[in-house]
Amino acid sequence: MKVILHNPTRELLVRGPISIIKLLNQLELNRESVLVIRDSTLVPGDAILNDDDTVEIRPVISGGER
Amino acid sequence: MKCRVCRGPAVIDIRRHNANFCVDHFVRHCGQQMERAISDFSMFEREDSLLVAVSGGKDSLAIWDMLVEAGYQADGLYIGLGIGDYSDHSGAYARAFAEQRSLVLHEVDLERDHGFTVEQASTATGRVPCSACGLSKRHIFDAVALEKGYDVLITGHNLDDEAAVLYGNTMRWNVEYLRRQRPVLPARNGFPRKVKPLVRLGERETAAYCVVRGIDYLVEECPMAAGNSHLQYKEILNQMELESPGSKSVFYFNFLRNAAEVFGSDTTAESSEGNQEVMTLSACESCGSPSSNDICAFCRLGERVKAESR
Repeated sequence: MKVILHNPTRELLVRGPISIIKLLNQLELNRESVLVIRDSTLVPGDAILNDDDTVEIRPVISGGER
Repeated sequence: MKCRVCRGPAVIDIRRHNANFCVDHFVRHCGQQMERAISDFSMFEREDSLLVAVSGGKDSLAIWDMLVEAGYQADGLYIGLGIGDYSDHSGAYARAFAEQRSLVLHEVDLERDHGFTVEQASTATGRVPCSACGLSKRHIFDAVALEKGYDVLITGHNLDDEAAVLYGNTMRWNVEYLRRQRPVLPARNGFPRKVKPLVRLGERETAAYCVVRGIDYLVEECPMAAGNSHLQYKEILNQMELESPGSKSVFYFNFLRNAAEVFGSDTTAESSEGNQEVMTLSACESCGSPSSNDICAFCRLGERVKAESR
């Protein structure tokens, strides 16, 4: 499947099927710090992603000194 | 995963609430959390006129949307900070949001209206860009809110922002800043009332709210903020949250409940004798804003940039 990442924007190819939790662990990403989006829709943590999926892993942490 | 409310398919889990939600009940959850913050901290009344500080990012657009959906009278204020493409893109998101909903968006451009950009200010002062950015935004938010007669200034600070600021201030025992660490800063002479209705929502929730509501926002991080301490604190706190869901909420709300009073409020200052006395402010000789000096910090910053460029 195609995985789109941000900061900087880049793409990875990951073999499916794989659960969201496993994908995030494989990419060493904290699930508290990202959302997974497929077809403009949120994908819940227990969903299984397949080879033909394109998913965006969107960081949610933002902000400078406030 | 099933929605806690309707048992339909859930799209998001919120571990600190031990809850999963479908789209409709997640949107309702966000609105309820906002209303609870407004009520618990007596932020404002339904008839008050609200000015939302809008950056084009997820938090400010989410709170603007939630307020409008809940029937509040809320206009927006966007500040162009002169941070290259980042500012161009963020302004475009803010304008598109306002246009699509026929909302009023005021705009101030730092370079056009005040003669300098955040990048120039950072170079001139030799300090991190976030410092000049924060100072400029606070000054302009206050000035525009008062000039245009709004009752309350709304910012999109969320639970993660507040927990990260509290973490940083506690690590340094920065008592001056701990005094201001409240979801409401009351109005006083020359300053509008400032409130943070998103303090009961994490930024994963505000980002998810934008996704499910179809709100386009600037995802890319500010290039000036990369690696700053605020972001590092958020990473540390999220690691704790991963191991122990609810840590950030307990840290922040137990501070407000059990410790904030110890530090006093932002309208008071400790005298050398240890007594509390009211901080006296006079009008800046340049712009008229309240200041503890003859010239306020924002005007001094502008003068310094101009001096450096001569």
